[in-house]
Amino acid sequence: MADTPQTPGNPAAGRPLSPHMTIYRWPATMMTSITHRITGVGLSLGILILAWWLIAISNGPDGWNAFHAVMNTPPGLLVLFGIAWALGYHLLSGLRHLAWDLGYGFDKKLSERNSVLIFGLSFLVAAGIFVLVWTGHAGYLQ
Amino acid sequence: MSSAQSPLRRTRNLGASHSGTGHFWRERITAAALVPLSLWFLYAVLGLAGTNVVTALRFLALPWNALLMAAFVLTALYHAALGLQVVIDDYVHTAGSKILLFLLVRISVIAAGSVSLFALLRIAAF
Ligand code: HEM
Repeated sequence: MADTPQTPGNPAAGRPLSPHMTIYRWPATMMTSITHRITGVGLSLGILILAWWLIAISNGPDGWNAFHAVMNTPPGLLVLFGIAWALGYHLLSGLRHLAWDLGYGFDKKLSERNSVLIFGLSFLVAAGIFVLVWTGHAGYLQ
Repeated sequence: MSSAQSPLRRTRNLGASHSGTGHFWRERITAAALVPLSLWFLYAVLGLAGTNVVTALRFLALPWNALLMAAFVLTALYHAALGLQVVIDDYVHTAGSKILLFLLVRISVIAAGSVSLFALLRIAAF
């Protein structure tokens, strides 16, 4: 922590400055913290697509086709992949938040390891979902 | 050290925001509920991916599926509104923009919730 220089007329003279985020190397836990927030905001937008999906289904074949005409395109699939990843990430990271709230998992080494684990697993979840669809293992409710 | 809270406020545990830990607690309750609900949601969406509208209509017309979908959407929307409020509180510092954004979040959430419920009712009656 740096001290502000002692200059006359500076009311904060000599007081310690609060830590500056920008001078630190980013540890994995800082990445997971901001990513939880980003995925939370992303999912809040994503749920609007879910509302549209429900409306589309309620509109019958026309609605269903209109929905797929937009979402079953490269940009549409990219958005869906993003949402799948965000949900997997936010779910895993949210579970860790709940564990923290109960007082578990604060050890520094453990949090670093769990952060890497959450990132890795979230991509596996998203990739897994798309692999299931593309290999014809989805659609089992038919 | 003397406290900024009046004794009455302190005994009511409400603090400066006049709402105490209520917001924090609702965010956790909805988060805990969303764990099983989002797993069910993934099961449902994956099961319907690549099928057709008749399959989706039949599936969502079943009472339990309609109820679980409604529970997922409403819980997620409530959780999202609580969460977005914290995000806005953290980054927006002028009263006017803050109130405007809070309103925007609430209106969007109520609109998305009503529209989703209406769609589910329509599907049930299809
Ligand atoms: C899948 C189950 C979910 C769990 C376990 C979960 C858990 C959590 C938890 C514990 C928090 C508080 C984090 C903190 O204190 O910083 C949070 C924040 C948030 N969640 Fe979720 N969540 C879930 C799903 C969702 C969904 C579906 C959405 C959106 C529709 C969402 C949107 C948000 C938002 C916007 C925040 C605020 C982020 C922040 O303050 O940084 N969450 N979630």
